[in-house]
Amino acid sequence: MKTTSLIVASVLAAGMASADAPAPTDVVFEDGAVAASLTGTPGNAAEGRKIMNKGAGNCIACHAVSDLAELAFHGEIGPGLDGVGDRWSEPELRGIVANAKNMFPDTVMPSFYKTEGFIRIGNGFTGKAAEGAVDPLLNAQQIEDVVAYLLTLKE
Amino acid sequence: MTKKAISLGILALAVGAGSGAYAGPDDDSLVINDELEMVTETAAPAHMEGIDTIYSGWRFRTDETQSLQLDDFDNPAMLTVDQAIDAYSEVDGSENESCASCHGDVESFAGLSAAMPKVKDGNLVTLEDEINNCRSTRMGAEEWKWSGQDMQGMVALIGLQSRGMPVDVAIDGDAAPFWEKGKEIYYTRYGQLELSCASCHEENYGNMIRADHLSQGQINGFPTYRLKQARLISRHNRFRGCIRDTRAHTFAEGSDEFRALELYVLSRSNGLSVETPAVRQ
Ligand code: HEC
Ligand code: HEC
Repeated sequence: MKTTSLIVASVLAAGMASADAPAPTDVVFEDGAVAASLTGTPGNAAEGRKIMNKGAGNCIACHAVSDLAELAFHGEIGPGLDGVGDRWSEPELRGIVANAKNMFPDTVMPSFYKTEGFIRIGNGFTGKAAEGAVDPLLNAQQIEDVVAYLLTLKE
Repeated sequence: MTKKAISLGILALAVGAGSGAYAGPDDDSLVINDELEMVTETAAPAHMEGIDTIYSGWRFRTDETQSLQLDDFDNPAMLTVDQAIDAYSEVDGSENESCASCHGDVESFAGLSAAMPKVKDGNLVTLEDEINNCRSTRMGAEEWKWSGQDMQGMVALIGLQSRGMPVDVAIDGDAAPFWEKGKEIYYTRYGQLELSCASCHEENYGNMIRADHLSQGQINGFPTYRLKQARLISRHNRFRGCIRDTRAHTFAEGSDEFRALELYVLSRSNGLSVETPAVRQ
């Protein structure tokens, strides 16, 4: 009994990450791309579309996306993402979303599947120090969902 | 299932004016009360590598926000400044002194804010430090909180005496090590979003980040009246907010880190007019 509830607790603590997803530190990048799905479960493009907005990935803080025109205020920090599904392959998009710094060294784009190596990491947006283990900005399935959505952005 | 895992939201900024492609500062010129012409654009000081031309944050705001700074009667900061005028000559504390009893007319401070912070006896001293030093050692009065309206009103009143003068803060000699430290902080990518001041205000000024039109993050207008917060905002409070938005553990207002950052960031404003008290969104 006791062991089971511990296991349940630790699965819950990992958020929505699937149990066998590689930890962010174990993901293998090749030329900035990640070949294998992080979860083995196909990404859900509709869920990914939601993550593009504020409160989740907030990708449109920096990127404009015509398909998301119903949302106000798209940023101009990164390139517009229209047609990005033609420009990049699935492994490349997975690599960019998981940790764009492998594809674009020094980019201002945050690393969404990363848990170590931060300077003065905070507890969310409180301004206080983080306590305990750090969750990545997006979990493994959310990365897959966003990649599935990006693949729908064809010219 | 943790709520936290799905709540990134890069910046809590949201609401605001404007939309669409701005790109860069506008071409408006700032003349206050129809007579005081402000330098809102000039060549960057020699020490800056990444930027050729510096612009006041005023040039990045909407016409509506800009207009509130054209006339002191419309400037909402002036209410707090008026309170500071009263406080300036009010006796407070055990020594039966007021600011005026030592300093005379507040106009005697002309030029001071253009060159603060500065090093005194090995310490980097801001205007807030000077004010609290007078309050505690000369007046026997309680120190003011860094970002309190009494403190920032007084900082604005003293700053107003230099309005229109070029920012000219020293970065060499005694100031050099503080300046270097501030520069290092400016270029450090803090927090889970790993963004430095430069990521937003040097590499991306003129661009929209969601609903916000990024300026160069200049501090020649501080304390500024921020419409969103409806009060005067200190430099350190603004630094804290920007670092917090990177999902970082911030430094405290009045910390040595923020003193050094203030010196460095102000040195990036060298040549722009002191604009205190400015009005921002
Ligand atoms: C703080 C800004 C920022 C945020 C937030 C951000 N990006 Fe980016 N992104 C960039 C920049 C800048 C680039 C260009 C790469 C470079 O730096 O050279 C980029 C590049 C990309 C590219 C390659 C585009 C191309 O046409 O080559 C993709 C795809 C992408 N981002 C997707 C995303 C997704 C999905 C999210 C959210 C989960 C996101 N980005 C969040 C700044 C950002
Ligand atoms: C994630 C993006 C981001 C980062 C990183 C960031 N800022 Fe800002 N900053 C903003 C936005 C957005 C505003 C509001 C629009 C503007 O004035 O540029 C702002 C405003 C400011 C202002 C007010 C400018 C004015 O005219 O009133 C100052 C000063 C400032 N930032 C300084 C800094 C400093 C110093 C740092 C680093 C410690 C920093 N910022 C880091 C986004 C950022």
